Amino acid sequence: MEKGGARHGAIGTKGVELVVAALFFALGALVIFDSRRLGTGWADDGPQAGYFPFYLGLIICVSSLVTFFKALTIRPERDKVFVDSAQFKLVLAVFVPTVVYVGLIGLLGIYVSSMLFIGFFMRWQGKYSWLKLGMVSVGVMGVFFFVFEMWFKVPLPKGPLEAALGLN
Amino acid sequence: MEEIRSLIEGFGVALSLKNVGLMFVGVILGVVIGVLPGLGGANGVAILLPLTFSMAQSPGGTTSAIILLSCIYWGALFGGAITSILFNIPGEPWSVATTFDGYPLAQQGRAGAALTAAFTSSFVGAFIATVVITFLSPIVAGFALQFGPPEFFSVYLLTFCAFVGMSKEPPAKTLTAMMTGFALAAVGTDPVTGTLRLTFGSVELLSGFDFLIAVIGLFGIGEILLTMEEGLAFKGADAKINMKVVMQTWKELPRYWATSMRSSIVGCFMGIVPGGATPASFMAYGGAQRFSKDGAKFGTGKIEGVVAPETAAHAAGTSALLPMLTLGVPGSPTAAVLLGGLLIWGLQPGPMLFVEQKEFVWGLIASIYLGNIAGLIVVLTCVPLFAAILRIPFAVIAPVIMVVCAIGAYTVKTNMFDVWMMLMFGVLGYVFKKLNYPLAPLVLAIVLGDRAEASFRQAMLVSEGQMSIFFSNGLVGSITGLALFLLAWPVISMLIAKAKGK
Amino acid sequence: MKIKLSRKFGVTAAALATALAGFAFQSSAHAWEPSKTVEFVVPAGTGGGADQMARVIQSIVAKHNLMKQSMVVVNKAGGAGAEGFLDVKGASGDAHKIIITLSNLFTTPLATGVPFNWRDLTPVQMLALDQFVLWVNAGKPYKNVKEFLAAAKGSKFKMAGTGSKQEDQIITVGIEKSAGVKFIYIPFRGGGDVAVQLVGNHADATVNNPIEAVAHWRGGKLRPLCVFDPKRMPYKEKVTATMSWSDIPTCKEQGLDFDYLMLRGIFMAPGVSPDQVKFYTDLIAKVRETKEWKEFIEKGAFNTTALAGKEYADWVAKEEARHVSLMKSAGFIAGAK
Repeated sequence: MEKGGARHGAIGTKGVELVVAALFFALGALVIFDSRRLGTGWADDGPQAGYFPFYLGLIICVSSLVTFFKALTIRPERDKVFVDSAQFKLVLAVFVPTVVYVGLIGLLGIYVSSMLFIGFFMRWQGKYSWLKLGMVSVGVMGVFFFVFEMWFKVPLPKGPLEAALGLN
Repeated sequence: MEEIRSLIEGFGVALSLKNVGLMFVGVILGVVIGVLPGLGGANGVAILLPLTFSMAQSPGGTTSAIILLSCIYWGALFGGAITSILFNIPGEPWSVATTFDGYPLAQQGRAGAALTAAFTSSFVGAFIATVVITFLSPIVAGFALQFGPPEFFSVYLLTFCAFVGMSKEPPAKTLTAMMTGFALAAVGTDPVTGTLRLTFGSVELLSGFDFLIAVIGLFGIGEILLTMEEGLAFKGADAKINMKVVMQTWKELPRYWATSMRSSIVGCFMGIVPGGATPASFMAYGGAQRFSKDGAKFGTGKIEGVVAPETAAHAAGTSALLPMLTLGVPGSPTAAVLLGGLLIWGLQPGPMLFVEQKEFVWGLIASIYLGNIAGLIVVLTCVPLFAAILRIPFAVIAPVIMVVCAIGAYTVKTNMFDVWMMLMFGVLGYVFKKLNYPLAPLVLAIVLGDRAEASFRQAMLVSEGQMSIFFSNGLVGSITGLALFLLAWPVISMLIAKAKGK
Repeated sequence: MKIKLSRKFGVTAAALATALAGFAFQSSAHAWEPSKTVEFVVPAGTGGGADQMARVIQSIVAKHNLMKQSMVVVNKAGGAGAEGFLDVKGASGDAHKIIITLSNLFTTPLATGVPFNWRDLTPVQMLALDQFVLWVNAGKPYKNVKEFLAAAKGSKFKMAGTGSKQEDQIITVGIEKSAGVKFIYIPFRGGGDVAVQLVGNHADATVNNPIEAVAHWRGGKLRPLCVFDPKRMPYKEKVTATMSWSDIPTCKEQGLDFDYLMLRGIFMAPGVSPDQVKFYTDLIAKVRETKEWKEFIEKGAFNTTALAGKEYADWVAKEEARHVSLMKSAGFIAGAK
């Protein structure tokens, strides 16, 4: 992390700190809310179901407030860079395809979507030839199929292709 | 020496060609299981039960069967360290603490040294635990009986106090992270009243947040995202890949004998109680950090920080067999399945097992010695191979790691929801690292939170709400006292330093 | 949103696949049989009684080749088993999923308010009934139920059991009601832990299943007082030097009028055809014929009642009504305190 004022096109740490602390505060409040339902007292046979969650929530709220107000005091010229736009693009370059990949698992099953994901990533980031990426993606998933489905009999999500091949 | 004679007979049973072959097969299978986060040791053992079921029916077959199964277990214990060190992804819960120093070492191009240290200390821990089982089993077997709810709570408290209190991060953030971990651990069924907590009517949240999903996300995915910022590459690709590194590391290891011994004791204690290998590894790491001269440098890539958790985890994993065999209490999910195996083969674990099934018990004990030697040989010869994984181009290995993580998250409960949760934890891990929120207290709270709460409330039921139960006898009193002492240690050491300064 | 969407698609795809498979089999004249790996859901953790039984069945099926496809055991223990039940309930028409049940089939929906009922599932076959025995530490002076209850009266005895508001606690309440005593019930995670707590004198009594405590009984650490079955157990082979399972008196004989047996049975998802149910009843019949199964049943001292079809459903309905009344009187029903 670099020191000094936030550069143009970069996200400052201060903003992220504030958002994260606020989210934690919300989480703490949510925990408190649900533990109220369960009883937060100390009955004669020890704490009730909501006793610990209640205080956990309370501590989360208080400590996130501390962080929040500490972050507020950061002056703009001393704000550090949380992530600059070039870095953020790189992070998204991995994260977005991964989200799409996880979304595809439900549709296509884990084997097909993983092959597509590995293939896509190799092509996009590594500029590998179709032959190479085909070999790697099919090879890796073939090994996984063997290990999980055949060897250890752990069923993984499967999609229409496996159904058509009669593999599930 | 009755034990030695029995043990030699045991070696006779275990050393048949077939059994040695099974040992290597088991260890290799176990390493595969340990490496892939989707396959727990429990999984592997469970899958092989039917196979060993027919094996167990031939004469002497139960010994072969348990050798195969227990070697899978050793293999898994060894294997868990590999992905922790190379990619910051703990393959098994007990290797989380190994990532703290193992991964920084790998980034510095010392993956080979970290792996060698991890494997060797695993072996040392297991060896010491096996010696304890061999010679002290009649004495320590009954020790677990001393442990009721207040004693268990004091042990969990000790784990916490040994581990926290030395965080370099801002206190408010440490507190937030740890309490969030506890809150996540509380999601699901309340252990004492059976009511649902913090599930908000969601079916997916019924079983709470699994520890593995949190660590795969926080550590694995979070780390990949962080790595991305610095370009498309893993550091540490220049790791030396030859067998020399093993010898060099071995020369360095004897320096840490004190850490090693302390961690073995912690591990054996936690295994026999049985408190579990995961708390043992955290406790040992915390202890090593506190008592080492280099304590302040822990977390930046110290070999000692790999030695401590690995020794303890393996010692605990091994000595957990003792309460399992003598009392029928499994110390871990994997041990639970092993236990199921014994029952299915017609062996009844319990105090009579050592009397009635002598040949089997000593065959098993002998196979622990031999299985661990087999394991060490297998994993050490593979050190260069594992280190070479870091040389695979990022564009190939990164998606494969993501796939492994996704499979791992899915298989915990065969549930897609968990894969999304893993992604969420990944983002959380990334943000946490950048904002200086510590990850370790959060993880530890998820692991121990519900167990600690359950034993606390069981103890309160017993004592009808009196806190004094945590000091009600010598055992629980001294563990609680030690825990509080460790918690106060930073303050005490400061005072001592001040006094010396004057 | 995304999650829901993809799940819906997943379900549709699965349903489609099953429909296709079903169609393929209808065209041939043979009876139905699984066309892919059968998932055997256990609504409890690894190592427990239900898990053990499921794994024994899996092993027997694999060893004797009773089925062309393989069977995998999947533990879905979340929410006191609700996770497993909801999973099977949601897999309507999927004949490649069976579930083994324990008493949490009744207790979990009542205690937590999670929406499911055994009527949401298709009853297949009862495997056996699990026994409960009242155990005390062998070092204690009381030798029979009367002495035990006399000692329990007035002092707060601690009863250790598995889980909360489940079978062990229901039995505890049952004893309290019929004998006019009061226990402090302490829930633990597993039957093995419970037995050890009793051996270590951290509790005064347990109602462990026979298999959970037998090792300590044989080791001379625990003493059985009575069995919660209306009839004595039939197993006459000596377990300890002097006693067999059939030597344990029933609680009723001993003046403690309460009985309880726990269902170990198999259910399928809703909307499966009678042909598909028949495949599994036949399969279980074959399993029950094997030597391994008989050994397992004897070792665990199970009650071997094994109903199927309508009798099974009737038995479950009766047992459900009983659980409702027991849990209502104990105040265990969610939202009705």
